[in-house]
Amino acid sequence: MSRILFEKAGNGIWISHLDLMRVFQRAFRRAGLPLKHTQGFNPHAFVSIVLPLPVGTASRCELLDFELDPPETDLAALPDRLNRALPEGIHCLAAYDGGRKIRELCLLHTGITLEYDAGVPGGAPERIAALLNGSSVVVEKKSKNGPVETDIRPMIRSLAVSQPDGNTVVLDAVVCAQNPTLNPMLLPAAVALYLSADTPSFSSCRRLEVLDDSGQIFR
Amino acid sequence: MTSLIERILPNVQKPARYVGGEYNQIVKNKADVAVRVAFCFPDTYEIGMSNLGMRILYGVMNRIPDVWCERVFAPWGDMEEEMRAHHLPLWALESHDSVKEFDLIAFTIGYEMSYSNILNMLALSGIPLHASERTGLENIVFAGGACTYNPEPLADFFDFFSLGEGEDSTVEILDVYRRAKAEGWDKPSFLREAAKVPGVYVPSFYEHRYGPDGKLCEIVPLDGAPATVTKRIVQDFDSSFYPARDIVPSTEIVHDRTNLEIFRGCIRGCRFCQAGFCYRPVRPRSVDTLVRQAEEALEDSGNHEITLSSLSTSDYKQLGPLTDRLLDYCAPRKINLSLPSLRADNFSRELMMKVQTVRKSGLTFAPEAGTQRLRDAINKNVTEEEILTTCATAFEGGWSSVKLYFMLGLPTETDEDVLGIADLVYKILKVWRERATSRKRGCRISVATAFFVPKPFTPFQWEAQIPPEEYTRRQQLLREAMYSKSVEYKWHEPHLSRLEAVLARGDRRLGAVIEQAVGNGAKLDAWDEYFDYSAWLRAFEACGIDPDFYARREFAKDDVLPWQTISVGVSRGFLWREHEQAFRSAVTPDCRTQCMGCGANELYTEGECDE
Repeated sequence: MSRILFEKAGNGIWISHLDLMRVFQRAFRRAGLPLKHTQGFNPHAFVSIVLPLPVGTASRCELLDFELDPPETDLAALPDRLNRALPEGIHCLAAYDGGRKIRELCLLHTGITLEYDAGVPGGAPERIAALLNGSSVVVEKKSKNGPVETDIRPMIRSLAVSQPDGNTVVLDAVVCAQNPTLNPMLLPAAVALYLSADTPSFSSCRRLEVLDDSGQIFR
Repeated sequence: MTSLIERILPNVQKPARYVGGEYNQIVKNKADVAVRVAFCFPDTYEIGMSNLGMRILYGVMNRIPDVWCERVFAPWGDMEEEMRAHHLPLWALESHDSVKEFDLIAFTIGYEMSYSNILNMLALSGIPLHASERTGLENIVFAGGACTYNPEPLADFFDFFSLGEGEDSTVEILDVYRRAKAEGWDKPSFLREAAKVPGVYVPSFYEHRYGPDGKLCEIVPLDGAPATVTKRIVQDFDSSFYPARDIVPSTEIVHDRTNLEIFRGCIRGCRFCQAGFCYRPVRPRSVDTLVRQAEEALEDSGNHEITLSSLSTSDYKQLGPLTDRLLDYCAPRKINLSLPSLRADNFSRELMMKVQTVRKSGLTFAPEAGTQRLRDAINKNVTEEEILTTCATAFEGGWSSVKLYFMLGLPTETDEDVLGIADLVYKILKVWRERATSRKRGCRISVATAFFVPKPFTPFQWEAQIPPEEYTRRQQLLREAMYSKSVEYKWHEPHLSRLEAVLARGDRRLGAVIEQAVGNGAKLDAWDEYFDYSAWLRAFEACGIDPDFYARREFAKDDVLPWQTISVGVSRGFLWREHEQAFRSAVTPDCRTQCMGCGANELYTEGECDE
């Protein structure tokens, strides 16, 4: 098993997980890198993406596991070869053999941008920090059996709030990645729910790093 | 600050279809571009990106250094709501610029029930709907595609139509436009000059006069416009443009595979089939060219499926050598080769078995009619014996499901013909019981019936459509006759096909109806989620037009036909002879057996029909 590190940006963030799997399968073919396939009547390729991103979220730390047949020896040249075959916004940064076990990936470092078209309300960063660092933050979370009330506070490991300009507030957060998973977009949802006057005009999220339980970079 | 489009995208389904950025999309530097074309497909991205014609012309236009052609598709309903709520005009995928900023706005129209989308897309772009309201040289709106062989219902909205195959004529049209823009011509001067390009039809150069009985009685060319405009064909199809470096969508589309066009035209002459007459004469590509194009396209796209595209795959003379060579390439690479529209003959049976080495695809037939008499009347030269023998071979080879397509309401159809469909289905079931080698999952036969729509430039162009109630009666008759659990019967609802019949043989007076229907909310009519029959019925009523005047009307031999200014190369006399043959249930041999003198060979000045 080999692994690549790739980023998802620009128009690429709108490609869904399933579509991205197909994009990669085609890109491997185009790059002349045949993927190993399962045996059987409907063979499928050995590719999988670790912790699929929600549609619309950017990332600079996506991981894809794959197996080539025959195995490729020059993995260092692989990112360039793949990048020539990938669409805009999907960019391979590194390729390597092996990698850590997926279950050791525990935390996500994310940046959430809150945009205020009419300017950031005075004191908003402080109120948001107080809310999300408080003792509990109960929001509605989608589940298989419909929405359920969940306290997301235990899933927020750390949070810093800053205001880089008059129209923007940035949340720099480390949240749980697996068991349970916290969708970082629930943080701006909580702001809208509890601090309606501080509801942003638009919010977006970018995955900055994947980490293990001790906060070390996961690869 | 995030752009408006990007703020909307999280709220809509399948946002990837609105942003472009796919592998092989073409982006040019605006400073180097003299003419910008917004190439619009009047349906969603998934449908439009599956259209080979659009992919060819995208390549043809962008091959010209100072022309930039971009793609535009109809938004799904959720996106349209967001666009209207935020006053966001329709944009092109490559530059995200609004369609209103483009010089030329081109549509490819393959289906009558996309007309509402055309008007809706113009409206969403903020472009005046009527050609007469667009007075400048910017936003010239034109169209090509199968529906433009009778463009009259759309005549109010389009500045001109480009008839037939666009590989050459589109380039010539762009040359005229480039001159017009550089030299600052006015719009009438541009249209006069564009009309000199063979295949270009300018509807405003013709006056349509109606008699007291409401029928079209005269078409008057104005200012020396030609009495007939003849469609264009590509003379050298073997070397004509093939999109080997084609856009690879990043999201799933309907036909997500490489399309290899093996020949144009059809030798068969099924009397209901518009494509069979409109795409004549028959011009093949050579095996060498096709194998080279297949390898280039597969290598560049990374597709894992390739399909042969034509009106009748089995009629490609070199099909054996072609599939052998394609399989040599595809099989070791696990690329699936699919062969649609095979005939039920011996040769095709062998081929079917051979292709199966990669992946077993379904078995599909389109007998179109249930009895030999009616199949003879429509000149669908497939026999019951051929179908049953092919099924037997397939069942012996392990297949267990068959799809069958039929039409109801064909001219001369009786209840006996309708019940003949059920007979055929039961005979296939009997063959399965006798010959199947794999019985575990039982036999599955899916039967689908469509409602016959008479189309221009076919021998049935003079024929009326039966009333929807009569179609429904025949459909129920058939349903009651097929009670086996192995048979799944699906039928088209008649309302859409009725409107299709109205628009297919309609005249200019329908422009007001289309506009009114769109005003009533008609859009995405081809989608069950959106089709609203009442929006159309109310539009007919508001305009004082009876849809039956069009759908139910039988034209007399010498009636003025709204589309008679246009020629597809097949003569009206030939079509009328075929019409008479139909009512005698007499078959006409295919072009290879005997040339029947349809006239299309006269278009082909640089070659000979592939007889």
